[in-house]
Amino acid sequence: MDRAFLIISTICFLAAVVRTAIALRAGLFRPGRFNFVAIGLGFVFQTAFLSVRGHALGRCPLTNLFEVFIFLAWSVALIYMVVGPAYRLSLMGAFTAPLVVLLQGFALIAPIDIRHPVKLPPNAPLEFHASVSLIAYGAFALACIAGVMYLVQERQIKTHHLRSIFYHLPPLTDLFAAIKRLLWWGFILYTVGIASGFFTGRPLPRLQIVAAIGVWLLYAAILQAWHFRRIAPKQIAALCIVGFSMALTLLWGITFSAQTHSVP
Amino acid sequence: MNLFCVGLSHHTANVETRERFAGSAGTESILRDAGCAEALVLATCNRVEVYGASEKRVSTDDIAQCLVQKSAVIGDTHSEALPFYRYEAEKCIQHLFRVASGLDSMVIGETEILGQAKKAYQSARTTGAVGPCLHRLFQRAFRVAKQVRTHTQITRGSVSVGSVAVDLAQRIFGELGNCKVLVLGAGETSERTARTLISRGVRDLRVSNRSNERAQELAQRVGGHAVRFHEWPQECSEIDILITSTSSEAPLLTPANLGPMLANRIDRPLFIIDIAVPRDVDPGVNEMEGVYLYDIDALRSVAEQSLAVRRQQVTSAETIIAEHVSDFLENVSRELNCTSRVAEHSPVTDNSLRASQL
Repeated sequence: MDRAFLIISTICFLAAVVRTAIALRAGLFRPGRFNFVAIGLGFVFQTAFLSVRGHALGRCPLTNLFEVFIFLAWSVALIYMVVGPAYRLSLMGAFTAPLVVLLQGFALIAPIDIRHPVKLPPNAPLEFHASVSLIAYGAFALACIAGVMYLVQERQIKTHHLRSIFYHLPPLTDLFAAIKRLLWWGFILYTVGIASGFFTGRPLPRLQIVAAIGVWLLYAAILQAWHFRRIAPKQIAALCIVGFSMALTLLWGITFSAQTHSVP
Repeated sequence: MNLFCVGLSHHTANVETRERFAGSAGTESILRDAGCAEALVLATCNRVEVYGASEKRVSTDDIAQCLVQKSAVIGDTHSEALPFYRYEAEKCIQHLFRVASGLDSMVIGETEILGQAKKAYQSARTTGAVGPCLHRLFQRAFRVAKQVRTHTQITRGSVSVGSVAVDLAQRIFGELGNCKVLVLGAGETSERTARTLISRGVRDLRVSNRSNERAQELAQRVGGHAVRFHEWPQECSEIDILITSTSSEAPLLTPANLGPMLANRIDRPLFIIDIAVPRDVDPGVNEMEGVYLYDIDALRSVAEQSLAVRRQQVTSAETIIAEHVSDFLENVSRELNCTSRVAEHSPVTDNSLRASQL
């Protein structure tokens, strides 16, 4: 039943991707209601999936890699719903939807939905730590998407070749402002997530701690470089993409390691 | 009811001829005297057109005479000498849809014409010159124009050098209200570009010129303030947009001298519009981080790209228009058939029938 919600949600996001692709191919993209509605519906079905799964598990559905990927996709959609319209970054939906489709599509296809042989007991501090950290990942994902948009727009202005998408992307300064805000949100949430990890009442695997602190240091370095004007906005945008790719890889590692370790 | 359009435009008449009819607005009453049941005059700097509906055919000469009479043109006023065109029925509908959509404009896809058409329609409606026939035709024309704009890229980008520069500035900085602009050189082109930037919200404008007097004059005209010529390099660390159009033989800005000026502004882009020939800015400056240089050729190239895209879109726009023309005609003929059937069974007068048809 819960997977049906997930499949419908993925179809909604896919509809946004297909619609954008067709429109961009015709050179006619106008961020309209369709994309926002499709993403909104996708988000509703994601939430329904997490809710059903959570009730079945009796805890926050973050017990295996499959659920972690879906929770991450939900966080990305959540941050987009909050940030996209507020900062008039409606085209961000066109970039957000493919990422969500990728995450959910992979989760649905790959054999990673392995149920624990025993029902896991609720552990509020651990669930808080995991969920806040994943919402932070959602903010980092959106910063990465804004970074891609920045680089696309910057490249067009620099080379004097303005394509159709140029007229629909936000101005460079607006995009950079969005990147900064998303980085700060992500960083603060991630800091809270990491700090709460030390109060879960159980020892965390060393690899997890090292990986989590590695990601934290990476984003701290990006923010510090921006604060002291050491690197240009273009490089910060590029670092957001590199940072999120690394964070995603480490997330995989952390979750994999957690799965192979003892049950919480 | 005969639906027709008589007019002259930039395609058929030069500006002197068009000028003679520029004051033709409000001639609807005269046209009604000429036998038009409904009439609307669309007079812009590029066209003077009369859209009319009449029971009997109103000749082009009569229309021309009405326009001439209103414009008080003295001398040779024979319509034979005037390059009027005439479209009737389907052709007239198609022509109006093309005009409203900007396909018949001097700059393809310009949107000003739609506003002018709406204004002409409102004005004629106020005087009671527009009846159900023209009302319906113009409402459909506005719908078509909107659809063409939404479903094609006919209005995409800017097609003049000045507006391309300002569009680019907006794509870099967003709101221009907080942007600081330095105009280097007090030439005509830089003044025009500066004025366009001011019209889009720029409030902080500085002008520098070898002759400080000319800088002050221009600053006064555009509402900025003058900066002495030897002080402009210091301004570069503060400004967001630089417009250069000096007559310097050698480049004023090179990567070597711009580098130190930008040392403290790595997080803020600098947009340079170099409209001088020979160029004031070394092309190598565009390779610098956060610096976006557009010389006159680059601006023209962007304008041409936009124009090329607009031209490519004409076919799609024509398809939309053709669909609307046939749909409009179909609707009218369907209703005519319907009302004729009603007429056979109901003792109504000709006039009331016509009103219900439309």
